[in-house]
Amino acid sequence: MSTISAPFRPQSSVRQTPTAGENYVNAAYGTRSWLLTTDHKRIALLYLVSVSSMFIIGGLAATLIRLNLLTPNGAFMTADTYNKTFTAHGIIMVFYFLVPVIPSVLGNFLLPLMIGARDLAFPRLNLASWYIYMVGAAMILWVIFSGGIDTGWTFYTPFSSKASHTDVIPAMIAIAIAGFSSIFTGLNFIVTVHYLRAPGMTWFRLPLFVWSLYATSLILLLATPVLTVALFLVAVERIFGIGIFDPALGGDPVLFQHLFWFYSHPAVYIMVLPAMGIVSEVITCFARKNIFGYPFVVAASLGIAVVGFLVWAHHMFVAGQSVYAALVFSLLSYCVAIPSAIKVFNWTATLYRGSISFRTPMLYILGFIGLFTLGGLTGLFLAALGLNVHVHDTYFIIAHFHFIMVGGTVMAYMGGLHYWWPKITGKLYPESWGRISALLIFFGFLLTFLPQFVLGYLGMPRRYFAYPPEFQVLNVLSTAGASILAVGYALPLTYLIWSLRYGPDAGPNPWEATGLEWQTPSPPPTHNFAEIPVVDCGPYEYSGEEVPDHGH
Amino acid sequence: MPSPVELFPARAAEIAYHVDALFFFLLIVTGIAAVGVFTLLIFFSVRYRRRTPPRPTPRITGHIRLELFWTTTPFLVFLVMFWWGARIYLAMAQPPAGAIDLYVVGKQWMWKVQHAQGQREINEVHIPLGQPVKLTLTSEDVIHDFFVPAFRTKIDVVPGRYVYEWFTPTVAGTYHFFCSQYCGTNHAGMRGEVYVMDPADYQQWLNLKSEGSLALEGRKLFLQLQCITCHVAGPKARAPILESLYGATIPLRGGGTAVADDNYIRESILNPQAKVVMGWEPIMPTFEGQVSEEDLIKLIAYIKSLGPGQTPQRNEESVPPPPPTETKKTESP
Ligand SMILES: [Cu+2]
Ligand SMILES: [Cu+2]
Repeated sequence: MSTISAPFRPQSSVRQTPTAGENYVNAAYGTRSWLLTTDHKRIALLYLVSVSSMFIIGGLAATLIRLNLLTPNGAFMTADTYNKTFTAHGIIMVFYFLVPVIPSVLGNFLLPLMIGARDLAFPRLNLASWYIYMVGAAMILWVIFSGGIDTGWTFYTPFSSKASHTDVIPAMIAIAIAGFSSIFTGLNFIVTVHYLRAPGMTWFRLPLFVWSLYATSLILLLATPVLTVALFLVAVERIFGIGIFDPALGGDPVLFQHLFWFYSHPAVYIMVLPAMGIVSEVITCFARKNIFGYPFVVAASLGIAVVGFLVWAHHMFVAGQSVYAALVFSLLSYCVAIPSAIKVFNWTATLYRGSISFRTPMLYILGFIGLFTLGGLTGLFLAALGLNVHVHDTYFIIAHFHFIMVGGTVMAYMGGLHYWWPKITGKLYPESWGRISALLIFFGFLLTFLPQFVLGYLGMPRRYFAYPPEFQVLNVLSTAGASILAVGYALPLTYLIWSLRYGPDAGPNPWEATGLEWQTPSPPPTHNFAEIPVVDCGPYEYSGEEVPDHGH
Repeated sequence: MPSPVELFPARAAEIAYHVDALFFFLLIVTGIAAVGVFTLLIFFSVRYRRRTPPRPTPRITGHIRLELFWTTTPFLVFLVMFWWGARIYLAMAQPPAGAIDLYVVGKQWMWKVQHAQGQREINEVHIPLGQPVKLTLTSEDVIHDFFVPAFRTKIDVVPGRYVYEWFTPTVAGTYHFFCSQYCGTNHAGMRGEVYVMDPADYQQWLNLKSEGSLALEGRKLFLQLQCITCHVAGPKARAPILESLYGATIPLRGGGTAVADDNYIRESILNPQAKVVMGWEPIMPTFEGQVSEEDLIKLIAYIKSLGPGQTPQRNEESVPPPPPTETKKTESP
């Protein structure tokens, strides 16, 4: 299958000679060997199974939502059931899928491999992170299936603190627990990147996926505790009746929104930064090019991580905050869009004079660039104060953030999963099925969410279980798109599992990629490298030209 | 009724024209950006697709001037968007003087609307064409949001405070309004219609629905709650007189000043110790739990209307104060 005969330069010239056939999968057998493993690759697979299950449950909730919206008065659910369903969808997808998925699955598997390390800095903490995640996940599923909660994933007070009669506190505890899993993962990644880089792996030779995980980890570490505090304060008010958010008790309901979005806006970048990292890895490989503007792409990641902390109140332009605060947050929101624009331009420029092949990962990544660009551009509408007032809390917002989180994060994750699948499993997935799934997801996504922009501008509010009849046609279109999307997601689930048994062997480097992870066998041996590689160039030397010696 | 498929919302308020103009500006600018990026992506994808045999690619690592160009250009365009959006937002935040006042109380799951002349309605709002209308809104329980798509405006209705929203209707007709802040079970049912009427029809509607004006209702409450026991002129006064209070800047006990707006008066009734007027003792009891949100609006309307010399006489001095639940019909001359 190697049709790429042009020369490329791997990041290291150290030859790996593994013991034949011995790898992290077959090194030990039995449930115990998985549940007590400290191998980052095995933990990544534990996460893969867990977050995929959560994705399926969250996806089923989405299916129910879309089906119920087929008719103006709700097709089959009561108002309360509908409210619990969209709450379940939001909580599961945000806190249990989108936040952990790329760092915990692909990041966990690849971070040590990409920097030439044998494991993360704290392997046992890594396993603990997974167990903590599982406790949080089990608890939230118990809450959802034993009666559900109806606050929305945003938990706005005073609804959550005094009006809701559902299990708000257990749900909050479950989310806070999952938050600790994020904090530990972030800490582990930061220390690993600082201390475990292979000889010669300088900061500016780091693959961009590593940089993006590093920036993400900073956010995880700094923002998650604020969410924990916010949820804790709601619990205090609910249990002890101490007035923090309820004005009847002397509290301020809008204070909660400040705390909540101080986490949840940066959380958007927790979800999308690692996705951007994947894009840089895949696009360079399938265009056979150096990334265009490496230092600018890195600076953009760090810029997003920093400025992302300064825009939270753009979620509150109609919440009665001061006009001057709104002006500042609007301007800062425009500023945070610039690094994302820089990235899109650099990816596009990377294609220039490339040798582009349209394998499945590349199709997903091109899909990402298209959808993420549209998601980002519609964000400019929301940052404009006077226009935000009209579209705030409508389907325009729903469409916008699904473009970023599903069109962005999930597309890139699927691209990354296909790209590294041969490395993770040692098997190739079926290429034509892969391409079909990428196209179905892309077009299904557009059909699902483009009508929602129109609905939003028409004024359909979010979280409406029933709506005026003139909104029906667009809702039906959206549900039709969602059914295509569902098929698109079901396909990879099927053929990737199929490939575990029937897929052809991948070999160490099926894409002829340059990164360190491709210079060790597939699947990698337990300790990743027979010999620690020595890095002597940057991560994307795909061109046929001589690499100039930087001199050290 | 509207046609079965709508693609663009009705536009029926002055500000809506400005919002739509900004919307189309953004649509055009972002459209150009999207078409530009997608054209390049597709062009590169076709032009530089992999050939057989593959050709080696050049080693291109970046271009500083290009980076500067595509960093500063978006920034300048964004500044225009920011400025334009801010202008509209500032206009939305400043209700014009002389607007028709409407008072709206949201609760799970209905909207109660009171007109200055006392007309009340539920989940319906009748307003005249061509005149600015100012809503003063609050909530009895959780956060709601009053959203009129045809007017392109909304505001979160937060319990415990007053918020404001205003618009000048430009086209007669019937328009939806929605609660757009999730508020529990029947959030989706918390909606209604705004009727924009010809001024003549509106006047007729007002006459048909006429009851005692809000200020008059407030006056009754003022007497009934024994406010005049203390808030009187002369030597018997134990609290400041409230004539011409509304909108005034008042000095506070312990330093500082406050503007006597709706939120200040509301707070002074529910939590009198919070901001005591300079020169008076903090002796007023709280009325928290005794006056509903709607009664508060009536009291404030009365205090607003109270001109010099209009405080009622304390003509029931000798009568012992009745328990607060008992209705007292006594009127001063
Ligand atoms: Cu945000
Ligand atoms: Cu509501």
